[in-house]
Parts: sequence; C-alpha cells; structure tokens
Amino acid sequence: MTSPLETAPTVREDMDLGEDTDQDVPWVVLVWNDPINLMEYVVFVFKKLFGYSTEKATALMLDVHHKGRAAVSTGSREKAELDVFRLHEFGLWATMQKDL
Amino acid sequence: MSRFRSRFRARPDGSMEFRVDDRERELISNLIRQLRDLLLTTSPTGPVDPNLRRLYPTAYPDDEQRDTDYQQLMRGDLLEQRLAQLDLVEASVSETRLDPAQAMAWLRAINDLRLVLGTSLDVSEDDDLAPAESDDPDTTSRAIYHYLGALQSEFISALSR
Repeated sequence: MTSPLETAPTVREDMDLGEDTDQDVPWVVLVWNDPINLMEYVVFVFKKLFGYSTEKATALMLDVHHKGRAAVSTGSREKAELDVFRLHEFGLWATMQKDL
Repeated sequence: MSRFRSRFRARPDGSMEFRVDDRERELISNLIRQLRDLLLTTSPTGPVDPNLRRLYPTAYPDDEQRDTDYQQLMRGDLLEQRLAQLDLVEASVSETRLDPAQAMAWLRAINDLRLVLGTSLDVSEDDDLAPAESDDPDTTSRAIYHYLGALQSEFISALSR
C-alpha cells in the first residue's frame, strides 16, 4: 500500500501560490431570460457559438426560458470573458461569475 | 402574411435568397439609418442611451471594477462590429441574394433593432397575447417590432433547414 506521504505533492516552481486564484476556480457563463430574443434565435446562437447539437442548444434555451438562466459554458476567466463577448455580439444577455 | 411561404431560402452554395417588397426594403433602410444614428450617440466610455442598454450588457454583475474594465475594453469593439454590420445590410438592401457574411449581418442587425425597439416599448413575455389598443401611441413601433420578429423567425428557419 502506498502511503500518501510517499507521494506528497511538491510545490511546482511554476505555481503562483498566494496569487489570484482565477486559474484554479472555473468561471461559469450564464445566459439570462429576456422577453425580446426569440427562442429560435437563442438556439441558433448556442449552436453557432458553441457547436452544440440542436437537442443540447434547445435544452439550454428552455432552461433559460423556464428557470430564468442557464450555464452555457465554463472555463478560465479569459475563455469565459471571450464567450460572454461573443454572446454580447449576438445580443444575448450573458454574464460571468466564479463557479455557482 | 403567410406563414407558409418564407421570404428566405438558403441556397446550396451557402448564400441566402430573399424576396421582400420595395416597401419592406425601404423600411429596413430607414430602421438601419436610425439605429446607426442612435449607436453613434453613445461613446465607448460615456453613459449608454437607455434604449441601447440591451446592446451592452453587464458582464460581471458581482464585480464592479472588472465590469468597468470589460466595458472599457469591449464596448468600442461591440460598437464597431455593429456599425460594420449595418453597413453590410445597407449595401445589400436592394439585393435578392446574400452571401454568408451579409446574411449574418442581416440576422444580427435585425436582432439589434428588435432589442432596441423592444427596450423602448418595454415589452414583456406576454406582449404577444395583448391586443393592441387603438389609441396606443406606440402602434407603429409595435407593428414594426412584430414584423421584425416574423422576418427574423423566417430567416432562422431558412438558415437551419
């Protein structure tokens, strides 16, 4: 049996301990319900931007519609911010926050 | 308006064929011009016209500083992007066929128009159900808003087919 001590992690030199932990905590991109955007437009945008299937894009759109919001992508802050920007280009009401 | 005959038809080569009559083209041209004027009233750093707020949403609702940074960085890009797509629509408003870049510009410009009109009309989820009052001063805007919705819906079904 291997004791955990034998594989105790060593601090890697490239780790930024004590720095901003943005890299470690995933960010979530949320799309919020709004009364203007058409349902089929929202599905179209999810498919186009994220490559989701019609089924997945429709399920996410229905979550937005019925639950008020849906998490449509996750990742580093940079990735999430780019996703938010692309959604804003298409006029969707998107925001980002650290893990729900 | 017939639901059975769409004004848009996707071609195998990726272009989009569309038939709208001259009055529709004139209306679209006018709306595009008005939207451009309105967009140009907003500087990338200054306050946003309330009717345009849906075009520049908050990115970080929990973090004011980061949102300010996002707005400073991105609002100019969003504005440029929107002006460029209005140019594409205006340049192709008399065409009967749109290439994929023009088609995407049309789709997004129509959506921007709906966002601005819908915001100024303060539409809610059940607005479709409410009959228009004859003395409603917004009758024309409402009619245009619903026309653009129908146009966009036909456009998307043609793209998805």
